[in-house]
Amino acid sequence: MPLLPNLISLTIFTPLVGAALLMLVKADQQKRIRQVALGTALVTFLFSYLIFLGFRPADGFQFVEQAAWIPGYGISYHVGVDGISLLLVMLTTFLVPIAILSSYEAISGARLKGFMMVMLLLETGIVGVFMALDLFLFYIFWEAMLIPMYLLIGIWGGEGRLYASIKFVLYTMLGSLLMLVAIIALYNEGHAQLGHYTTSYIELLGLSLSPATQTWMFLAFGLSFAIKVPLFPFHTWLPDAHVEAPTAGSVILAGVLLKMGGYGFLRFCLPLFPLATRQFAPLLVTMAVIGIIYGAMLALVQTDMKKLVAYSSVSHLGYVVLGIFALTLTSVTGGLLQMVNHGLATGGLFLLVGMLYERTHTREISDYGGIAQLLPRFSTVFIIVVLASVGLPGLNSFVGEFLIIIGSYPTQPVGAIIAALGVVLSAVYLLWLVHRVFYGPPSEKLKRIAEEAGEMPRDLTRREWAVMLPILALIIWIGVYPKPMLERIEPAVQSVVTQYYSAINTHLASVESGGMKPNGETGQ
Amino acid sequence: MHLADITSALPELALVATALILLVMESATRPHRDLLAPVALAGLGLALIANLSSSSNGAFFSGMLQLNAFTRYLSTLFMVVTAAAIVVAIPYLKRTLEERGEYYSLMLFAAVGMNFMVKAQDLTMLFLGLELLSIPLYILAGFYRNHSQSNEAGLKYLLLGAFSTGFFLFGIALLYGSTGSTAYELMADSIRTGADLSRMLTLAGFGLILIGLGFKVALVPFHMYAPDVYDGAPTAITAFLSTGPKIAGFTALLMLLTVVFSGSMAHLWKVLWVLSAVTMTVGNLSALRQENIKRMLAYSSVAHAGYLLMAILVTNYDSAFGMLYYLVVYSIATLAAFGMVSLLEHDDAEGVTMSRFDGLAGKSPVLGAMFAISMLSLAGFPPTAGFLGKFFIFNAALDAGYTLLVVIAVLNSLVSVYYYLRPIVGIYMRPADTATGEERITIPRVVVPVLVLLVIVAIGAGIYPAPLVRLSAVAISAIL
Repeated sequence: MPLLPNLISLTIFTPLVGAALLMLVKADQQKRIRQVALGTALVTFLFSYLIFLGFRPADGFQFVEQAAWIPGYGISYHVGVDGISLLLVMLTTFLVPIAILSSYEAISGARLKGFMMVMLLLETGIVGVFMALDLFLFYIFWEAMLIPMYLLIGIWGGEGRLYASIKFVLYTMLGSLLMLVAIIALYNEGHAQLGHYTTSYIELLGLSLSPATQTWMFLAFGLSFAIKVPLFPFHTWLPDAHVEAPTAGSVILAGVLLKMGGYGFLRFCLPLFPLATRQFAPLLVTMAVIGIIYGAMLALVQTDMKKLVAYSSVSHLGYVVLGIFALTLTSVTGGLLQMVNHGLATGGLFLLVGMLYERTHTREISDYGGIAQLLPRFSTVFIIVVLASVGLPGLNSFVGEFLIIIGSYPTQPVGAIIAALGVVLSAVYLLWLVHRVFYGPPSEKLKRIAEEAGEMPRDLTRREWAVMLPILALIIWIGVYPKPMLERIEPAVQSVVTQYYSAINTHLASVESGGMKPNGETGQ
Repeated sequence: MHLADITSALPELALVATALILLVMESATRPHRDLLAPVALAGLGLALIANLSSSSNGAFFSGMLQLNAFTRYLSTLFMVVTAAAIVVAIPYLKRTLEERGEYYSLMLFAAVGMNFMVKAQDLTMLFLGLELLSIPLYILAGFYRNHSQSNEAGLKYLLLGAFSTGFFLFGIALLYGSTGSTAYELMADSIRTGADLSRMLTLAGFGLILIGLGFKVALVPFHMYAPDVYDGAPTAITAFLSTGPKIAGFTALLMLLTVVFSGSMAHLWKVLWVLSAVTMTVGNLSALRQENIKRMLAYSSVAHAGYLLMAILVTNYDSAFGMLYYLVVYSIATLAAFGMVSLLEHDDAEGVTMSRFDGLAGKSPVLGAMFAISMLSLAGFPPTAGFLGKFFIFNAALDAGYTLLVVIAVLNSLVSVYYYLRPIVGIYMRPADTATGEERITIPRVVVPVLVLLVIVAIGAGIYPAPLVRLSAVAISAIL
């Protein structure tokens, strides 16, 4: 039994309420603002944790809430959670308080209040995306979360923030507007087949779409998700957005927003358009593998730490897409888990780079050296997170990458082999980063900074420990004992994969029996 | 004439009476100028009550006018739009020392014209309404006698408007010649049964009427006047100009297409298809490069006319419903936007440029947020009402098979995002220009409730759309 009714709505809208509460606080009461924001985010996490506890893996969608919304159009407020969305929701509610806590010093003054409000609005949008079971509602959240992210980059970003923020919006909108067309087309198709209008995901799953329809709808949905992931060659907005975004923005962007693309593929493309998925899987796998290698190569040559981490995201997200489109139970499970892992590891890296930047105000790798001597505790934490990102056994990413590579070998052997090579590359650029930044003698630049400040940069503060410890704990926990995660994911993935193959088999059988023209309707 | 006829026109009578009272007040030896706007608003309130309380449906004045849920819905909208435009004008006219009775009086006359356009069941009545709307607008556009720009706007609008009226009249003549009537029903019968003199003549007549109405709603290529007139006219008038006539023009076009030409002229859609695609594309692309916010909004309103035309050309229940919803949300956001622009204007008539928005969030957080929301609604971002409007129209068009046009519209929306975000960039992301020494901007107290209400509806109708959806559905059911 759930402990509270409407747990999902509580999780989605608590941040919204928090943002509204912040409006009542005066802009100069900075402490109060921070307390309210952090408190709201923690309460939200608590609600989502209750969902996690009460979640029964075998049950499919649960905690479902449904209420009519737009009369006559069959559009309803319909939310729920299953094994695919559960961990991503948890990741979001976990990272937001951390991001808020991490920006205590970086953001202050008259704009603090706006920042916290935007962060909370963003959380509502993201959590809504993961829990919406109505396509229309999903789209609303999908788009609504754009605005806070846009403001986050555009207001609190770095030098080139205006360019980066508008690029982010236009790229994302291009994908999502075409997705809107496909959603509407699906909705009309639903009316034709079911006899009533509905945007319910569960009802629309029952449609049988012709291969041609599936193809274009897959493309429309897929482009949107591919841009979000971002899949090579749609990744060019990402480095700009990351570099310009404030640390908290980067954490949310890398940690959660990119996952919406992978989630979209898994939630919508695979189940709704299985035939098109089969058709496009080789293409997507190719793009993913190119992304793995290309992202890693670009990361290798970056001179800016934040950019390096940004390109490493392009590379790491390639594994996720490979896992999803290799279409085996193991690989998809790995892909889903890897989304969480990447959120933790890369989110952690962005946080650490941000902390370093707050101390030295430079992100140029060549300005650094010998940090390990100056900041031993910081360096230890950094190196653990880097090792997690590299995929060291015993830390979280190893589990995900291992599952992906093992799982995709049967269906995509070439992709799996190249991806395995990519792991080596990621070790190269990340460890080389560690080498240049942390070892050797302290650089001239650092000495000068220390002289100007009159003291050496301080090591991790208590607040920064509070930011990093939860992440470290999860990194090790998932690395050592991923079972609680995997057992919640697997049944949901199992049903997606099973349904996918049964749809394909039905189609093949009907084509073989000759009862259908190649482009005709197929029963599912 | 029966008593029922008189009562059917009560809202219009109330408006005309108020307009006349305003003129008398202005010509009094000691005009109480502070009372002008309240009297105008009171007149609108009475008309609104008369409109909402009437329950009689059917044809009146020998079939010249009709009354039903549809006309009541639109009359309500007209009065709300007019009232909002009047309230926005109060501080604006006071600041520019141009507050005169005829201003409000002309607004009310224009409102009567819009009402007649929607209620008309006969082309002559439609023409009467159109002129009753247009002539006050010509004067109002040039209301600032001492500003050359305003004079230019008035003259340009008058000349081009007179031209388009000529086309419109000529179209009526051709249709009358072809079908033998100017009454919608009789014309429709004649066209349906093939009794019209020549299909060519009928088509030509419709084409000319389309030009006349296309001018009023600013369809490309009849939109050339819009940026100049919108820019030159007093901003409080621009708010009215870009909403009221557009609603009236589109609903009149909808009536013509559904009642007179319904089904019998299937190939008309090709013309409308091209007009729609061209209108939205030209409007959006031109808006991209505007530095003056009034011109940008003028082009954006051209683009919105393109989306609306898409709803018109589909001509079924869903599309008409979508159009009605879209008109409401578009008008609300546009009124709010122009209303706020009027507050930002400097007295030196330089015009409001994009840089005027720099750092607005610091000078007036409320104004900044409200302007941002109205831009987002115009751009069609969820969860604002603008998104739902687009959704309804796109949905109807896709369902009817106009996939390519919808894709064009969608890509256009993407373009529009760029320029709608430009003021937002200024408001939140650029520092204020310190040279002006302007620390804060205060919103005149009288317009605060109106602006706040408009903005609340612009978001509220997106989050909780059920009431407006129901009202619109009832209204559409009355005519389709």
